[in-house]
Amino acid sequence: MKEGKYLDVVYKFEPKYSWAAGVAISRFLAELKEGRIIARKCMNCERILVPPRMYCEQCFRPTDEWVQIKDTGTVNTYSISHVGTDARRLKTPILVAVVDLDGATPGMGILHNLGEVEPSKIKVGMKVKAVWKSSSERQGAITDIRYFKPIGEE
Amino acid sequence: MKNRVAIVGAGMTLFRRRMLESPKELSFEATRMALDSAGLELKDIQSVVSGSAPDAFDGIHMKGEYLLDGMGGIGKPNQRVYVGGGTGVFTPIGGWWNVASGLYDTCLCVAEEKMSPLHPHPQYAFWSIFDQILERPLGTTLLWIFSLEMRRYMHKYGIKEEDIASVAVKNKGNAVDHPCAQLGAKITVDDVMNSEPICWPVKRLDVSPPSDGAAAVVLASEKIAKRLTDQPVWLDGVGWTLDTTHWTNRDLAYPEYVEKAAWMAYKMAGIKKPKKEIDIAEVYDPFDYKELHHMEGLQLAGKGEAPKMAVDGVTQRDGDLPVCPSGGLLGVGNPIAAAGMMKICEVFWQLRGEAGKRQVKKDARTGLAQAWGDLMQVGTVAVMRS
Repeated sequence: MKEGKYLDVVYKFEPKYSWAAGVAISRFLAELKEGRIIARKCMNCERILVPPRMYCEQCFRPTDEWVQIKDTGTVNTYSISHVGTDARRLKTPILVAVVDLDGATPGMGILHNLGEVEPSKIKVGMKVKAVWKSSSERQGAITDIRYFKPIGEE
Repeated sequence: MKNRVAIVGAGMTLFRRRMLESPKELSFEATRMALDSAGLELKDIQSVVSGSAPDAFDGIHMKGEYLLDGMGGIGKPNQRVYVGGGTGVFTPIGGWWNVASGLYDTCLCVAEEKMSPLHPHPQYAFWSIFDQILERPLGTTLLWIFSLEMRRYMHKYGIKEEDIASVAVKNKGNAVDHPCAQLGAKITVDDVMNSEPICWPVKRLDVSPPSDGAAAVVLASEKIAKRLTDQPVWLDGVGWTLDTTHWTNRDLAYPEYVEKAAWMAYKMAGIKKPKKEIDIAEVYDPFDYKELHHMEGLQLAGKGEAPKMAVDGVTQRDGDLPVCPSGGLLGVGNPIAAAGMMKICEVFWQLRGEAGKRQVKKDARTGLAQAWGDLMQVGTVAVMRS
């Protein structure tokens, strides 16, 4: 008996899921495989949306066209993560950031990792650029971008 | 609305890292306590609203149905409400719909959470809140949304980590006086600053602990409430809104969805100047910076001005605007849904003058409880009056 008084029963649940990426994100992933980042534009509010969606959630109408945006951007915010997904301590911290991408409407950020930078040198407002896997390694996933690295005189 | 709604009873269990009672047993304990405090029996209750956060903690699907008998819900109109961390305050909002609409005169509202069943750590359950295609492959942990938001908030207004840490010092200190608290402690700003970085700028003592626990309140229509007690606490305003899950497209320095929920509640309660009219506030504080961030969203502080109020002592129990006199999630503990309900219970006890050692110095007549959650997208707000 555990803890003296009450019993514990242990069970492990190991399901698998297969998620359809949908219309917008399937195209986004296909473009990542080619080393490009694509967004959707709503002609009504004129926002360029990334991650792309087939509808504008504000105007509540279908979005109108695909727009290729840049693989550079600005660090909106960042963190130095010493723990992994299951809250266990990591040997090497993960550098994580919201990166506002150039060519999208200001403030349209995506979540990604930072690399080739000392944690103490990261700053909000820092210009960064995507570091891509080689074309043979890319498989149509967000991880086709290894991370973003600083550019310019930061 | 047809009925003015009162809270007429409240109860809660101990909050602990691991409780050995089952989820149903915890629910029963809090529910029975709330009924006793209202002077009611289960037969007097017409409907039940339950709240519990992700099923992934327990590994039990249909948790609302599973918990039902411990919450007194058998054979009664029952609903489970769920908005992640916002659930605890959303549960009595669900109860308010039942009573304000005139459908029922009494409603039990019960929130329960056991985070401890999941291994290796309850945090693991939160992995599945992130976008499954674009975010999870990056190795996400729930702490990221907080550390990223905290960093943006600090950047936008030039806020120092030390000033944010003063909230953890206050709340853990307040919790020393709470009989159910898990982490009450007298600590210093240096203790927080020197605690281990988990997800910088978030450090160990900036964060509330995972917990198990349950809390409950009984709602009644005006007619019934006046028969039951000389001290009903009126639930005069409720508000709730959600923003999109596209959280990386959002201004992380300011919780607009909390502002919208707050104005909905304020308008309903006839409050025009929240800073002047709210006497005490149980603001959602899973992290120390969140209390400040939310005070601004709730219009209790100007943008970027909440840290100064914390440092100046305005939000202490003897200050002009006591915030989290209970000890909050940082001190009492954070069994997700039950933690939000604990805030409702605290405002109830404070407005009735029943908070014992935690009683605020000022004569508090109007109080507020707020919770927040999901993918940094929901605000739930309740305004209460004695």
